Amino acid sequence: MNAPSITTAGQTQAVTRAFDLGAALKDSLKTALIMLGLSIPILAYKTDQSGADLFLTPRWGLVAIICAIVFGMRLVLHAFTASRAYRQATPSSHQATEPVHAEPSAFQHVSKFAIPFFLGVALCFPVIIYLIQGGLNESRYWVDLGILILTYVMLGWGLNIVVGLAGLLDLGYVAFYAVGAYSYALLSTTFGLSFWICLPLAGILAAFWGMILGFPVLRLRGDYLAIVTLAFGEIVRLVLINWVDLTNGGAGISSIPRATFFGIPFTAGEGGFAQTFGLEFNGMHRIIFLYYLILVLALITNFVTMRLRKLPVGRAWEALREDEIACRSLGINTTNTKLTAFAIGAMFGGFAGSFFAVRQGFVSPESFNFLESAIILAIVVLGGMGSQIGVAIAAIVLVGGPEILRNLTFLQAIFGSGFDPNEYRLLLFGAGMVAMMVWRPRGLISEREPSVILKERKAISGSLVKEGHG
Amino acid sequence: MRWLQDPILDVQHLTMRFGGLVAVNDLSFQAGRGDITALIGPNGAGKTTVFNCITGFYKPSEGMVALRKPDGSHLLLERLPGYDINWKGKVARTFQNIRLFSGMTVLENLLVAQHNPLMIASGFTFLGILGIGGYRKAEKEAIEKAKYWLEKARLMHRADDPAGDLPYGDQRRLEIARAMCTDPLLLCLDEPAAGLNPRESLELNELLLSIRKDNGTSILLIEHDMSVVMQISDHVVVLDYGTKISDGAPVEVRNDPKVIAAYLGVADEEVEKVEAEIGA
Ligand SMILES: Nc1ncnc2c1ncn2[C@@H]1O[C@H](COP(=O)(O)OP(=O)(O)OP(=O)(O)O)[C@@H](O)[C@H]1O
Ligand SMILES: [Mg+2]
Repeated sequence: MNAPSITTAGQTQAVTRAFDLGAALKDSLKTALIMLGLSIPILAYKTDQSGADLFLTPRWGLVAIICAIVFGMRLVLHAFTASRAYRQATPSSHQATEPVHAEPSAFQHVSKFAIPFFLGVALCFPVIIYLIQGGLNESRYWVDLGILILTYVMLGWGLNIVVGLAGLLDLGYVAFYAVGAYSYALLSTTFGLSFWICLPLAGILAAFWGMILGFPVLRLRGDYLAIVTLAFGEIVRLVLINWVDLTNGGAGISSIPRATFFGIPFTAGEGGFAQTFGLEFNGMHRIIFLYYLILVLALITNFVTMRLRKLPVGRAWEALREDEIACRSLGINTTNTKLTAFAIGAMFGGFAGSFFAVRQGFVSPESFNFLESAIILAIVVLGGMGSQIGVAIAAIVLVGGPEILRNLTFLQAIFGSGFDPNEYRLLLFGAGMVAMMVWRPRGLISEREPSVILKERKAISGSLVKEGHG
Repeated sequence: MRWLQDPILDVQHLTMRFGGLVAVNDLSFQAGRGDITALIGPNGAGKTTVFNCITGFYKPSEGMVALRKPDGSHLLLERLPGYDINWKGKVARTFQNIRLFSGMTVLENLLVAQHNPLMIASGFTFLGILGIGGYRKAEKEAIEKAKYWLEKARLMHRADDPAGDLPYGDQRRLEIARAMCTDPLLLCLDEPAAGLNPRESLELNELLLSIRKDNGTSILLIEHDMSVVMQISDHVVVLDYGTKISDGAPVEVRNDPKVIAAYLGVADEEVEKVEAEIGA
């Protein structure tokens, strides 16, 4: 299981194989046949209604066209994978045993420029948007989008601790987001506590639930761990729906107190934010405040994670991901180490959740379904597990991308007025995922940065880093 | 015999069953303090299983594994949870199939090994995250200790390389260095010379002898390579089908007819004939 990196014959063969036309044709034909099989129930007949009668309209022409397209594309894929570009892009066993080059790696390239750049853009974002859009109210859409993206960046960073560092596959992360949101919603509406008191409480409660999830799943590995965390996420959602006395069920909790500027409400009247600072009242003040609030929360998440990586607990997480048995032989209490990973990851989920509640002013179980967990996990996996900047980029792409689709109205000129690009977002999402798995199977930034160096900083190739999952 | 007077490890009536299979059968032996004790036997004899029982990866079906501390107190290893055997019991081990943290650098591997002392120094993370307390100093000391072992294992020039990138021999030495970073009283090595070339094997012997001499660590060693066993061990225990068939100084064991029979795979009656043939 843990053999050192010896190049196996099979791998080398797979990498250096030449383009074999016969095999490619055969495989493409097979794929086309599968497509044909799938088409028969889905595409081959269309039901047309005329009056009270249903007619089956055969569409064999369409099926033939689709099968031909699949055949052709499969052939192209074969030609492509055999080409040199693909061979270079795919991490080969050869690369894994190559000495690490002293020249800067992709990671160093990105981090040198990207981090100050992203930080600068994030800090000035509302100003930039204000200048471009030429008014506070006009920039509302963009600042809202910024808030949404930053929320996912923060969630991605939080989950990155569990999945990326500790290597524990968690499909129920949204449960902690929900715990945080409901903690704030309930504490503030029932006890009238302010956001700044509820925020740490929500984090602590979510961490507590992280431990509760952690205990039963400690013995599980891989797929089993994933399934139980998935079930945990669903359990939390179902409890929120069905415990009507506490959570008001599916109707959710509304009129949650809005964020205040450290006690000064964003209201138009006496003692409001605008009046205190001598500004003209504008609803956007609150939105911009929320933007900076989530930015600070996200940066705290990042800062804490970076720090933890350099502390023994962070190294133990990564060691756990690499080899749990070796960890035990070195006296590391693997139980506690996993629990801290779950708890700290959950805590940041809880912070993000209470931010969500204060922003929306309304929470309902609807917002915490499995798709959320899946998107957060996709952000972590796509970004490159363990890479902070990669996760941030992935969040921008996955959350911001669909918004761009919404604005591609010019496509209607090409495809007709009935065309709504937004309907294709899940299709593009899937296609993007497949493309990623082909080009960068270890995520956008797969290199791992060492947590401590003696003489020289060298990035660690992603092919050596294990994925863990248990 | 020294190992009976001052044993560091006392294994009594150890039995390990896997379903119907008896992998270790009523095994009793002692490993002397400051000795290099070799545990040998043919493939499948149960050597690794003995190691797994000693280091807490298996709970023995029967028997006792006692560690005698320098102050004379006993610690029953089979009652400790797995991770405490290293931390409280001060027993470290390596694995037959190397288990390094291959995506972490060589230096990081050695720091992970010092997890427990560093964890205390970082105030169980709470102080460390705020940057107060003596964590910085403790980490510097940990790096110094890592450097000491890098020097000894001749890995200084690879300190910042990922462990998975090292050649096989280096990985073996790194695994030993990593185990030594936990300051063990007893170091258990599962076939450390497997896959090494003769020169590397010789270097390994030197490393083991210097670990014993400079650090006072006792060593328990599984080895197939007889030249290693005969050169460096003080005491040899031979296992066959989970049962101890011989126990003594290397010279005695080498001439034990039962051992020869076990290794050559002949019936007991034929041993004398075989002995005569090989001139033992
Ligand atoms: N976890 C297990 N479950 C079932 N059987 C096991 C287990 N571990 C070991 N065994 C069996 O116990 C016997 C002894 O195995 P062990 O690995 O201890 O041998 P060994 O002396 O280390 O051999 P080698 O020299 O090949 O390493 C073997 O028959 C093996 O199949
Ligand atoms: Mg073995």
